[in-house]
Amino acid sequence: MTPMVDLFALLLTFFMLTTSFRPTEAVVVDTPSSISEKVSPEKDVITILVGKDDKVFLNFDNGKDTSKLIRKEVLKKIAEQFNLKFTDKELKTFSTWASFGMPADKLKAWINTADSKDREKFNVGIPTDSTDNQLNLWVRFIRLQNPNADVAIKGDSDADFKTVKHVMDILQDNKVNKFNLTTNLMKDEAKLEE
Amino acid sequence: MAEIIQAEGKQKGGKKKAKKFSTHIDMTPMVDLMCLLITFFMLTTAFSKPKAMEITMPEKDDNTVKEAPKIAADRTINILVSGNDKIYYYFGVADPKLPLPQLVSTNYSKDGIRKMLLQRNKLVFKAVYELKQKVTKGEEVLSDTALTRRIKELKKTVDPKAPIILIKADEKAKYKNLVDIIDEMAICTVANYAVVDISDLEKQMIAGTAVSAPAK
Repeated sequence: MTPMVDLFALLLTFFMLTTSFRPTEAVVVDTPSSISEKVSPEKDVITILVGKDDKVFLNFDNGKDTSKLIRKEVLKKIAEQFNLKFTDKELKTFSTWASFGMPADKLKAWINTADSKDREKFNVGIPTDSTDNQLNLWVRFIRLQNPNADVAIKGDSDADFKTVKHVMDILQDNKVNKFNLTTNLMKDEAKLEE
Repeated sequence: MAEIIQAEGKQKGGKKKAKKFSTHIDMTPMVDLMCLLITFFMLTTAFSKPKAMEITMPEKDDNTVKEAPKIAADRTINILVSGNDKIYYYFGVADPKLPLPQLVSTNYSKDGIRKMLLQRNKLVFKAVYELKQKVTKGEEVLSDTALTRRIKELKKTVDPKAPIILIKADEKAKYKNLVDIIDEMAICTVANYAVVDISDLEKQMIAGTAVSAPAK
Protein backbone atom coordinates (compact mmCIF):
# COMPACT_ATOMS: atom_id res chain seq x y z
CA MET A 1 0.00 0.00 0.00
CA THR A 2 2.67 2.51 0.98
CA PRO A 3 4.52 2.39 -2.37
CA MET A 4 1.26 2.94 -4.18
CA VAL A 5 0.44 5.92 -2.02
CA ASP A 6 3.93 7.26 -2.63
CA LEU A 7 3.44 6.93 -6.35
CA PHE A 8 0.07 8.62 -6.18
CA ALA A 9 1.49 11.48 -4.20
CA LEU A 10 4.25 11.88 -6.76
CA LEU A 11 1.85 11.86 -9.68
CA LEU A 12 -0.46 14.26 -7.95
CA THR A 13 2.36 16.70 -7.29
CA PHE A 14 3.51 16.41 -10.89
CA PHE A 15 0.11 17.12 -12.33
CA MET A 16 -0.55 19.93 -9.92
CA LEU A 17 2.68 21.65 -10.87
CA THR A 18 2.49 21.15 -14.63
CA THR A 19 -1.17 21.92 -15.04
CA SER A 20 -2.25 24.79 -17.15
CA PHE A 21 -5.96 24.66 -17.38
CA ARG A 22 -7.56 24.18 -20.71
CA PRO A 23 -9.61 27.27 -21.38
CA THR A 24 -13.27 26.70 -21.95
CA GLU A 25 -14.30 27.81 -25.38
CA ALA A 26 -17.66 28.57 -26.86
CA VAL A 27 -17.13 26.06 -29.61
CA VAL A 28 -15.02 22.99 -30.14
CA VAL A 29 -12.39 23.82 -32.73
CA ASP A 30 -10.32 21.11 -34.32
CA THR A 31 -7.31 23.04 -35.56
CA PRO A 32 -5.32 21.95 -38.60
CA SER A 33 -1.72 20.85 -38.12
CA SER A 34 1.47 22.51 -39.24
CA ILE A 35 5.20 22.27 -38.61
CA SER A 36 5.30 25.64 -36.90
CA GLU A 37 6.87 25.46 -33.47
CA LYS A 38 6.10 28.96 -32.42
CA VAL A 39 3.93 28.94 -29.34
CA SER A 40 0.63 30.67 -29.79
CA PRO A 41 0.36 33.87 -27.76
CA GLU A 42 -1.57 33.33 -24.56
CA LYS A 43 -1.86 36.73 -23.01
CA ASP A 44 -2.85 40.03 -24.50
CA VAL A 45 -4.47 38.41 -27.47
CA ILE A 46 -7.67 38.70 -29.46
CA THR A 47 -8.77 35.25 -30.55
CA ILE A 48 -11.27 34.77 -33.30
CA LEU A 49 -12.66 31.29 -33.44
CA VAL A 50 -14.20 29.95 -36.60
CA GLY A 51 -16.23 26.83 -35.99
CA LYS A 52 -16.96 23.89 -38.25
CA ASP A 53 -20.26 25.38 -39.28
CA ASP A 54 -18.62 28.74 -40.12
CA LYS A 55 -19.92 30.49 -37.05
CA VAL A 56 -17.59 33.15 -35.71
CA PHE A 57 -16.77 33.54 -32.04
CA LEU A 58 -14.64 36.05 -30.25
CA ASN A 59 -12.46 36.01 -27.21
CA PHE A 60 -10.27 38.75 -25.83
CA ASP A 61 -8.62 39.26 -22.49
CA ASN A 62 -8.13 42.16 -20.20
CA GLY A 63 -4.70 42.93 -21.60
CA LYS A 64 -1.29 43.11 -20.01
CA ASP A 65 -2.50 45.31 -17.23
CA THR A 66 -5.55 43.42 -16.08
CA SER A 67 -6.64 46.27 -13.83
CA LYS A 68 -7.64 48.22 -16.91
CA LEU A 69 -10.50 45.78 -17.47
CA ILE A 70 -10.53 46.10 -21.21
CA ARG A 71 -13.41 43.68 -21.58
CA LYS A 72 -15.57 45.91 -19.43
CA GLU A 73 -14.70 49.03 -21.38
CA VAL A 74 -15.31 47.33 -24.70
CA LEU A 75 -18.68 46.07 -23.58
CA LYS A 76 -19.60 49.59 -22.48
CA LYS A 77 -18.76 50.86 -25.94
CA ILE A 78 -20.81 48.12 -27.56
CA ALA A 79 -23.71 48.92 -25.25
CA GLU A 80 -23.53 52.55 -26.32
CA GLN A 81 -23.57 51.55 -29.95
CA PHE A 82 -26.60 49.31 -29.66
CA ASN A 83 -28.48 51.34 -27.02
CA LEU A 84 -28.19 48.64 -24.41
CA LYS A 85 -27.88 49.05 -20.70
CA PHE A 86 -25.71 46.85 -18.55
CA THR A 87 -25.54 46.97 -14.79
CA ASP A 88 -22.19 47.07 -13.03
CA LYS A 89 -22.63 43.48 -12.01
CA GLU A 90 -23.26 42.39 -15.57
CA LEU A 91 -20.18 44.26 -16.78
CA LYS A 92 -18.10 42.59 -14.11
CA THR A 93 -19.43 39.15 -14.94
CA PHE A 94 -18.64 39.70 -18.60
CA SER A 95 -15.08 40.74 -17.84
CA THR A 96 -14.34 37.44 -16.13
CA TRP A 97 -15.73 35.20 -18.85
CA ALA A 98 -14.05 34.08 -22.03
CA SER A 99 -15.24 33.42 -25.56
CA PHE A 100 -18.69 34.24 -26.81
CA GLY A 101 -20.54 34.48 -30.07
CA MET A 102 -23.96 36.09 -30.30
CA PRO A 103 -25.59 39.22 -31.64
CA ALA A 104 -25.22 42.18 -29.28
CA ASP A 105 -28.88 42.24 -28.29
CA LYS A 106 -28.58 38.73 -26.87
CA LEU A 107 -25.59 39.56 -24.69
CA LYS A 108 -27.62 40.62 -21.68
CA ALA A 109 -29.64 37.44 -21.62
CA TRP A 110 -26.45 35.44 -22.03
CA ILE A 111 -24.73 37.13 -19.11
CA ASN A 112 -27.76 36.62 -16.90
CA THR A 113 -28.07 32.94 -17.60
CA ALA A 114 -26.54 31.17 -14.66
CA ASP A 115 -26.53 27.64 -16.02
CA SER A 116 -23.65 26.96 -18.37
CA LYS A 117 -25.66 24.39 -20.33
CA ASP A 118 -28.36 26.95 -21.01
CA ARG A 119 -25.73 29.50 -21.92
CA GLU A 120 -24.48 27.36 -24.77
CA LYS A 121 -27.75 27.88 -26.59
CA PHE A 122 -26.89 31.53 -27.07
CA ASN A 123 -23.75 30.75 -29.04
CA VAL A 124 -25.04 31.26 -32.54
CA GLY A 125 -22.06 33.22 -33.84
CA ILE A 126 -21.33 36.92 -34.19
CA PRO A 127 -22.96 38.47 -37.26
CA THR A 128 -20.32 39.38 -39.82
CA ASP A 129 -22.27 40.25 -42.95
CA SER A 130 -21.82 43.69 -44.38
CA THR A 131 -25.28 44.93 -43.33
CA ASP A 132 -24.76 44.06 -39.69
CA ASN A 133 -21.04 43.72 -39.17
CA GLN A 134 -20.83 43.37 -35.42
CA LEU A 135 -17.49 41.59 -35.47
CA ASN A 136 -16.00 44.66 -37.10
CA LEU A 137 -17.31 46.84 -34.26
CA TRP A 138 -15.99 44.50 -31.61
CA VAL A 139 -12.56 44.36 -33.19
CA ARG A 140 -12.48 48.12 -33.62
CA PHE A 141 -13.40 48.80 -29.99
CA ILE A 142 -10.91 46.24 -28.71
CA ARG A 143 -8.18 47.72 -30.90
CA LEU A 144 -8.97 51.18 -29.62
CA GLN A 145 -8.71 49.98 -26.03
CA ASN A 146 -5.75 47.71 -26.53
CA PRO A 147 -3.84 48.57 -29.69
CA ASN A 148 -0.96 46.19 -28.99
CA ALA A 149 -2.94 42.99 -28.69
CA ASP A 150 -1.92 40.12 -30.94
CA VAL A 151 -4.55 38.60 -33.14
CA ALA A 152 -4.96 34.87 -33.40
CA ILE A 153 -7.32 33.10 -35.75
CA LYS A 154 -8.32 29.69 -34.55
CA GLY A 155 -10.17 28.05 -37.34
CA ASP A 156 -11.54 24.56 -37.64
CA SER A 157 -10.04 22.35 -40.35
CA ASP A 158 -13.44 22.07 -41.94
CA ALA A 159 -14.29 25.74 -41.86
CA ASP A 160 -14.67 27.37 -45.24
CA PHE A 161 -11.77 29.42 -46.50
CA LYS A 162 -14.34 32.02 -47.51
CA THR A 163 -15.33 32.64 -43.90
CA VAL A 164 -11.75 32.86 -42.72
CA LYS A 165 -10.93 35.20 -45.57
CA HIS A 166 -13.89 37.35 -44.60
CA VAL A 167 -12.63 37.49 -41.02
CA MET A 168 -9.17 38.43 -42.28
CA ASP A 169 -10.67 41.19 -44.40
CA ILE A 170 -12.51 42.57 -41.37
CA LEU A 171 -9.27 42.49 -39.41
CA GLN A 172 -7.38 44.20 -42.17
CA ASP A 173 -9.99 46.91 -42.26
CA ASN A 174 -9.00 47.49 -38.66
CA LYS A 175 -5.32 47.67 -39.57
CA VAL A 176 -4.41 44.23 -38.37
CA ASN A 177 -2.05 42.77 -40.92
CA LYS A 178 -0.32 40.12 -38.87
CA PHE A 179 -2.22 37.03 -37.85
CA ASN A 180 -1.35 33.99 -35.86
CA LEU A 181 -3.08 30.98 -37.29
CA THR A 182 -3.43 28.56 -34.42
CA THR A 183 -2.39 25.04 -35.36
CA ASN A 184 -1.32 21.75 -33.88
CA LEU A 185 2.27 20.73 -34.13
CA MET A 186 2.97 17.90 -36.53
CA LYS A 187 6.54 17.28 -37.57
CA ASP A 188 7.25 16.85 -41.22
CA GLU A 189 10.43 17.21 -43.14
CA ALA A 190 11.25 17.34 -46.80
CA LYS A 191 14.26 15.66 -48.35
CA LEU A 192 15.98 16.41 -51.57
CA GLU A 193 16.36 13.56 -53.96
CA GLU A 194 19.83 13.58 -55.34
CA MET B 1 -10.30 9.99 10.05
CA ALA B 2 -7.35 8.02 11.20
CA GLU B 3 -8.44 5.06 13.13
CA ILE B 4 -6.15 3.63 15.64
CA ILE B 5 -6.77 0.02 16.16
CA GLN B 6 -6.10 -0.86 19.61
CA ALA B 7 -4.97 -4.34 20.13
CA GLU B 8 -6.26 -5.44 23.39
CA GLY B 9 -3.71 -7.24 25.31
CA LYS B 10 -5.10 -10.39 26.68
CA GLN B 11 -3.95 -11.35 29.97
CA LYS B 12 -3.20 -14.96 30.21
CA GLY B 13 -1.93 -16.89 33.06
CA GLY B 14 -1.08 -13.90 35.05
CA LYS B 15 1.62 -12.90 32.59
CA LYS B 16 1.66 -9.24 32.20
CA LYS B 17 2.22 -8.02 28.70
CA ALA B 18 2.90 -4.48 27.85
CA LYS B 19 -0.05 -2.99 26.02
CA LYS B 20 0.67 -2.90 22.31
CA PHE B 21 -0.71 -0.22 20.08
CA SER B 22 -0.82 -0.84 16.40
CA THR B 23 0.50 2.18 14.57
CA HIS B 24 -1.35 1.43 11.36
CA ILE B 25 -3.45 4.24 10.02
CA ASP B 26 -6.26 3.52 7.65
CA MET B 27 -5.09 5.21 4.48
CA THR B 28 -7.91 4.19 2.16
CA PRO B 29 -9.80 7.50 2.24
CA MET B 30 -6.61 9.42 1.56
CA VAL B 31 -5.78 7.18 -1.38
CA ASP B 32 -9.29 7.63 -2.68
CA LEU B 33 -8.95 11.35 -2.51
CA MET B 34 -5.58 11.28 -4.24
CA CYS B 35 -6.95 9.10 -7.00
CA LEU B 36 -9.73 11.56 -7.50
CA LEU B 37 -7.41 14.53 -7.62
CA ILE B 38 -5.02 12.83 -10.04
CA THR B 39 -7.89 12.00 -12.35
CA PHE B 40 -9.09 15.57 -12.14
CA PHE B 41 -5.72 17.06 -12.98
CA MET B 42 -5.08 14.55 -15.74
CA LEU B 43 -8.32 15.39 -17.45
CA THR B 44 -8.07 19.14 -17.16
CA THR B 45 -4.43 19.50 -18.11
CA ALA B 46 -3.65 20.89 -21.52
CA PHE B 47 -0.32 19.33 -22.33
CA SER B 48 0.31 20.33 -25.89
CA LYS B 49 0.32 24.07 -26.03
CA PRO B 50 -1.29 25.33 -29.20
CA LYS B 51 1.17 26.49 -31.82
CA ALA B 52 0.72 29.24 -34.30
CA MET B 53 1.99 30.09 -37.72
CA GLU B 54 2.39 33.72 -38.42
CA ILE B 55 1.34 35.25 -41.67
CA THR B 56 1.53 38.86 -42.62
CA MET B 57 -0.82 40.13 -45.24
CA PRO B 58 -0.08 43.08 -47.48
CA GLU B 59 -1.61 46.24 -46.12
CA LYS B 60 -4.91 47.23 -47.57
CA ASP B 61 -5.17 50.84 -48.54
CA ASP B 62 -8.23 51.92 -50.40
CA ASN B 63 -7.09 55.48 -50.91
CA THR B 64 -4.17 54.79 -53.18
CA VAL B 65 -4.56 53.55 -56.69
CA LYS B 66 -3.86 49.88 -56.71
CA GLU B 67 -1.17 48.66 -58.96
CA ALA B 68 -0.05 45.10 -58.80
CA PRO B 69 3.60 44.90 -57.86
CA LYS B 70 5.68 43.90 -60.83
CA ILE B 71 7.30 40.54 -60.43
CA ALA B 72 9.20 38.48 -62.94
CA ALA B 73 6.85 36.10 -64.70
CA ASP B 74 9.47 33.39 -65.04
CA ARG B 75 9.88 33.23 -61.28
CA THR B 76 6.18 33.14 -60.54
CA ILE B 77 4.35 29.99 -59.60
CA ASN B 78 0.62 30.32 -59.05
CA ILE B 79 -0.98 27.78 -56.76
CA LEU B 80 -4.72 27.51 -57.01
CA VAL B 81 -6.47 25.89 -54.08
CA SER B 82 -9.95 24.54 -54.61
CA GLY B 83 -12.54 22.39 -52.86
CA ASN B 84 -12.38 18.63 -52.36
CA ASP B 85 -8.67 18.94 -51.54
CA LYS B 86 -7.88 19.73 -55.14
CA ILE B 87 -4.87 21.83 -55.92
CA TYR B 88 -3.50 23.18 -59.19
CA TYR B 89 -0.51 25.16 -60.24
CA TYR B 90 0.74 26.99 -63.27
CA PHE B 91 3.82 29.01 -64.09
CA GLY B 92 3.92 32.59 -65.21
CA VAL B 93 0.85 34.75 -65.59
CA ALA B 94 -2.67 34.14 -66.74
CA ASP B 95 -3.59 37.02 -68.98
CA PRO B 96 -6.72 37.01 -71.14
CA LYS B 97 -4.69 38.60 -73.92
CA LEU B 98 -2.04 35.90 -73.93
CA PRO B 99 -2.32 32.19 -74.56
CA LEU B 100 -3.29 30.44 -71.36
CA PRO B 101 -0.58 28.76 -69.31
CA GLN B 102 -0.94 25.07 -68.75
CA LEU B 103 -2.74 24.23 -65.51
CA VAL B 104 -1.35 21.22 -63.71
CA SER B 105 -3.47 19.33 -61.23
CA THR B 106 -1.67 17.82 -58.26
CA ASN B 107 -2.22 16.91 -54.61
CA TYR B 108 -0.94 17.64 -51.12
CA SER B 109 1.17 14.51 -50.83
CA LYS B 110 4.94 14.26 -50.78
CA ASP B 111 5.11 13.52 -54.47
CA GLY B 112 2.60 16.17 -55.34
CA ILE B 113 3.08 19.83 -54.81
CA ARG B 114 6.13 19.38 -52.60
CA LYS B 115 8.15 17.71 -55.32
CA MET B 116 7.54 20.60 -57.67
CA LEU B 117 8.30 23.20 -55.01
CA LEU B 118 11.49 21.49 -53.95
CA GLN B 119 12.68 21.23 -57.49
CA ARG B 120 12.12 24.89 -58.12
CA ASN B 121 13.49 25.94 -54.77
CA LYS B 122 16.41 23.51 -54.75
CA LEU B 123 19.25 25.95 -54.12
CA VAL B 124 17.66 27.69 -51.16
CA PHE B 125 16.41 24.46 -49.65
CA LYS B 126 19.83 22.86 -49.94
CA ALA B 127 21.60 25.81 -48.34
CA VAL B 128 19.17 25.94 -45.43
CA TYR B 129 19.23 22.17 -45.02
CA GLU B 130 23.03 22.09 -44.88
CA LEU B 131 23.12 24.85 -42.32
CA LYS B 132 20.62 23.03 -40.15
CA GLN B 133 22.61 19.80 -40.47
CA LYS B 134 25.74 21.60 -39.37
CA VAL B 135 23.97 22.95 -36.31
CA THR B 136 22.52 19.57 -35.31
CA LYS B 137 25.89 17.91 -35.77
CA GLY B 138 27.52 20.58 -33.68
CA GLU B 139 29.91 21.77 -36.36
CA GLU B 140 28.52 25.21 -35.99
CA VAL B 141 27.12 26.61 -32.79
CA LEU B 142 24.30 29.05 -33.27
CA SER B 143 21.60 30.25 -30.97
CA ASP B 144 18.01 29.92 -32.11
CA THR B 145 17.69 33.57 -32.99
CA ALA B 146 21.00 33.55 -34.83
CA LEU B 147 19.89 30.49 -36.77
CA THR B 148 16.65 32.12 -37.83
CA ARG B 149 18.58 35.18 -38.91
CA ARG B 150 21.03 33.10 -40.91
CA ILE B 151 18.18 31.23 -42.60
CA LYS B 152 16.54 34.50 -43.46
CA GLU B 153 19.78 35.73 -45.00
CA LEU B 154 20.20 32.54 -46.99
CA LYS B 155 16.67 32.83 -48.33
CA LYS B 156 17.45 36.31 -49.56
CA THR B 157 20.86 35.79 -51.04
CA VAL B 158 21.33 32.23 -52.26
CA ASP B 159 19.17 32.14 -55.34
CA PRO B 160 18.32 35.31 -57.25
CA LYS B 161 15.91 33.26 -59.30
CA ALA B 162 14.12 31.66 -56.37
CA PRO B 163 10.43 31.16 -57.06
CA ILE B 164 7.77 33.60 -56.02
CA ILE B 165 4.64 31.75 -55.03
CA LEU B 166 1.20 33.23 -55.24
CA ILE B 167 -1.39 31.28 -53.29
CA LYS B 168 -4.93 31.75 -54.46
CA ALA B 169 -7.87 29.98 -52.95
CA ASP B 170 -11.38 29.92 -54.32
CA GLU B 171 -14.64 29.85 -52.39
CA LYS B 172 -14.85 26.10 -52.23
CA ALA B 173 -11.53 25.69 -50.46
CA LYS B 174 -11.43 24.74 -46.83
CA TYR B 175 -9.41 26.54 -44.19
CA LYS B 176 -7.33 23.41 -43.76
CA ASN B 177 -6.20 23.64 -47.37
CA LEU B 178 -4.87 27.14 -46.82
CA VAL B 179 -2.97 26.11 -43.70
CA ASP B 180 -1.60 23.06 -45.49
CA ILE B 181 -0.26 25.02 -48.40
CA ILE B 182 1.28 27.72 -46.23
CA ASP B 183 2.81 24.94 -44.20
CA GLU B 184 4.22 23.45 -47.38
CA MET B 185 5.98 26.78 -47.99
CA ALA B 186 7.59 26.48 -44.58
CA ILE B 187 8.62 22.88 -45.21
CA CYS B 188 10.19 23.75 -48.56
CA THR B 189 11.75 26.94 -47.15
CA VAL B 190 10.20 29.09 -49.83
CA ALA B 191 11.34 32.66 -49.30
CA ASN B 192 8.68 34.60 -51.16
CA TYR B 193 5.04 33.75 -51.01
CA ALA B 194 1.81 35.61 -50.61
CA VAL B 195 -1.86 34.83 -50.23
CA VAL B 196 -3.72 36.82 -52.85
CA ASP B 197 -7.20 36.96 -54.32
CA ILE B 198 -8.15 34.64 -57.12
CA SER B 199 -9.12 36.15 -60.45
CA ASP B 200 -12.16 35.24 -62.53
CA LEU B 201 -9.96 33.88 -65.25
CA GLU B 202 -8.30 31.53 -62.82
CA LYS B 203 -11.66 30.34 -61.56
CA GLN B 204 -12.55 29.56 -65.15
CA MET B 205 -9.27 27.75 -65.58
CA ILE B 206 -10.13 25.48 -62.65
CA ALA B 207 -13.58 24.88 -64.05
CA GLY B 208 -12.04 24.19 -67.43
CA THR B 209 -14.07 26.83 -69.22
CA ALA B 210 -11.37 29.42 -69.75
CA VAL B 211 -10.99 30.71 -73.25
CA SER B 212 -7.61 31.90 -74.38
CA ALA B 213 -6.58 34.79 -76.58
CA PRO B 214 -9.71 36.19 -78.14
CA ALA B 215 -8.92 36.44 -81.86
CA LYS B 216 -9.26 39.87 -83.23
